[in-house]
Amino acid sequence: MKLIQRTIVFMSLALLIALSAWAFIFYVNMIDEVHDSIDDGLDNSKLLIIHEANQDSTVLYKTSFDEGNYAIRKMPADHALKHYDQYKDTLMYMENEHDLEPVRLLTTVFEAKENQFYELKVISSMVEEDDLIEDLFYSLLWLYLILMVTILVINALVLRSMWKPFFTYLNRLSQFKLEKNEKVQPIQSKTAEFQLLNKVVTEVLESNIRSFHNQKQLIENASHELQTPLAIALNKLQLLAENKELSEEIVKEIFQTIETLERLTRLNKSLLLLSKIENKQFRDEELVCFNELIQNILNEFQDQIEFKELELDLAFEGELKAQINPELARILITNLIKNAIRHNFKKGKIGILLTDSSLQISNSGTDKPLDPAKVFQRFHKESNDQSSTGLGLAIVKSIVDLSGYRISYNYALGIHQFMINFN
Amino acid sequence: MKVLVVEDEPAMLESIERALKQENAVVETAMNLNDALDKALIYEYDCILLDINLPDGSGLEILQELKNQNKSDGVLILSARNSLDDKLKGLNLGADDYLTKPFHFSELIARIRSIVRRKKFDGNALLEIGNIQVDATNQSITIHNEAVTLNRKEFAILMYLISNKGRLVSKTALAEHVWGDHIDESDNFEFIYSQIKNLRKKMNDLDSGIEIQSIYGVGYKLMES
Repeated sequence: MKLIQRTIVFMSLALLIALSAWAFIFYVNMIDEVHDSIDDGLDNSKLLIIHEANQDSTVLYKTSFDEGNYAIRKMPADHALKHYDQYKDTLMYMENEHDLEPVRLLTTVFEAKENQFYELKVISSMVEEDDLIEDLFYSLLWLYLILMVTILVINALVLRSMWKPFFTYLNRLSQFKLEKNEKVQPIQSKTAEFQLLNKVVTEVLESNIRSFHNQKQLIENASHELQTPLAIALNKLQLLAENKELSEEIVKEIFQTIETLERLTRLNKSLLLLSKIENKQFRDEELVCFNELIQNILNEFQDQIEFKELELDLAFEGELKAQINPELARILITNLIKNAIRHNFKKGKIGILLTDSSLQISNSGTDKPLDPAKVFQRFHKESNDQSSTGLGLAIVKSIVDLSGYRISYNYALGIHQFMINFN
Repeated sequence: MKVLVVEDEPAMLESIERALKQENAVVETAMNLNDALDKALIYEYDCILLDINLPDGSGLEILQELKNQNKSDGVLILSARNSLDDKLKGLNLGADDYLTKPFHFSELIARIRSIVRRKKFDGNALLEIGNIQVDATNQSITIHNEAVTLNRKEFAILMYLISNKGRLVSKTALAEHVWGDHIDESDNFEFIYSQIKNLRKKMNDLDSGIEIQSIYGVGYKLMES
């Protein structure tokens, strides 16, 4: 739920409770005041009637209300002496309304002559409480609606504009990617909280960016520093192997060591390349024609394809030209083709399908799919192939990502397929 | 053949010196920019092996100086940086070639020989070995004055082995030279063997006077028979 919606829900609930409580208290007070003033009126009527009864005894025989507002009834003395004045709400049939309507009834007792006690009932019409409640309810409903509309308008106009910097910032933050090497532009706001947010987020981001770059730099520096000792070790071993007095066994051992060091060199170069790609050291992009590039690279791999007796199905259904660094484009295609040859079996198949906007490279291989979540991860190896660095597809992925395209892996019936979408 | 090696890493320098001496080259060394400039500007070398990152400056300055003095020594840059920018910069300043460390000595020697050939004989030299005459410019060979047809890869292999005559050339070095750096070693370079087999057969059949020996399955060596 959005912040604004949440605010509105809370506001409306709080208002509902506050208005209800207010209505209850208001109603109780008002009814009390109404009773009070009606009871005063009844009291006054009582005195007037008793006074009149003392002068005109016919009044004492008015036993029903009829057109008047009082009724008198004779009462035994012992009963009467125990009696107190009583105010009571009751109902009475009203001619004008053709219905029973609420009235206030005062029941009192008075002594007309010596030991002659009479009960006097005086009535006064009352507010109709149900109507009153109904009126009150509707008034409150209107008030509530008006308040809600006001709140909504305030939210829409004021809060939205007050929160605007926040949402702008949020939007910028959501587009932030560590690898992209871009800074998040701070928000312009005079609100203290937003300024604080700016400050805190900027600090957190900067420290993260710093450590990210340090780490990347470390990989690059380490790879560079490793090249020279590797070169020295390799060259010393090559010289050693030239010694004509060495036995076959020793020469073979030396070459195994050389091969291991060469593998380390390749690994190191791949790491360096990956690091350079991710550090955006390949800047110059141009329009590269992949038809030509693929043909060239296939020529270079021709001997390996022939040696493995692979069946190559090459289909150029369109001309693929894409904006990419040419060096990286070459590495991209080389790695994919190398991958398709390496993980193939003898007399297997390689398929290359090129359209105006996509490239598919597929190969026969193991009869179970690779884990699509891991296939592009560094050092993720599905095979036990010692000579594989486990970085080839990671490099492919970072080149595709850097150039702003998409790559996916699919598997069907023993065919592994990599597809790059250049749209 | 007179070579100046400019390299600040002593162990590296020593190895290169030894390898070049095995090839009967006269080797002089420099471990910093000043020494290198002194030697390069006073003497003439067939080839200068130049490290770019030197303690007192960039090896590229030597290139600039050589250019200013109109000296035409061959220069091969040896760099730990496999960077296209560095490479282009070096080549634009007049370097003849660029080799990234680590390298195979057989590759280094083949490159030096190629530079020397181009500088000394304007590339028109006919290389003679056994009964073979090699025309490096036209990529053709004759044996006993008869033209022999070799495919592009066979020629590249032969040329590489001739450049490293008597030296053990590993399969990796050969594969990387002929098929490119990115060549995949997963099949242990077995595909090289068929090319070698063809080449060897042609050389034997035509009495070329050379022999391509297999050394313990790790590489090849070309010998005059």
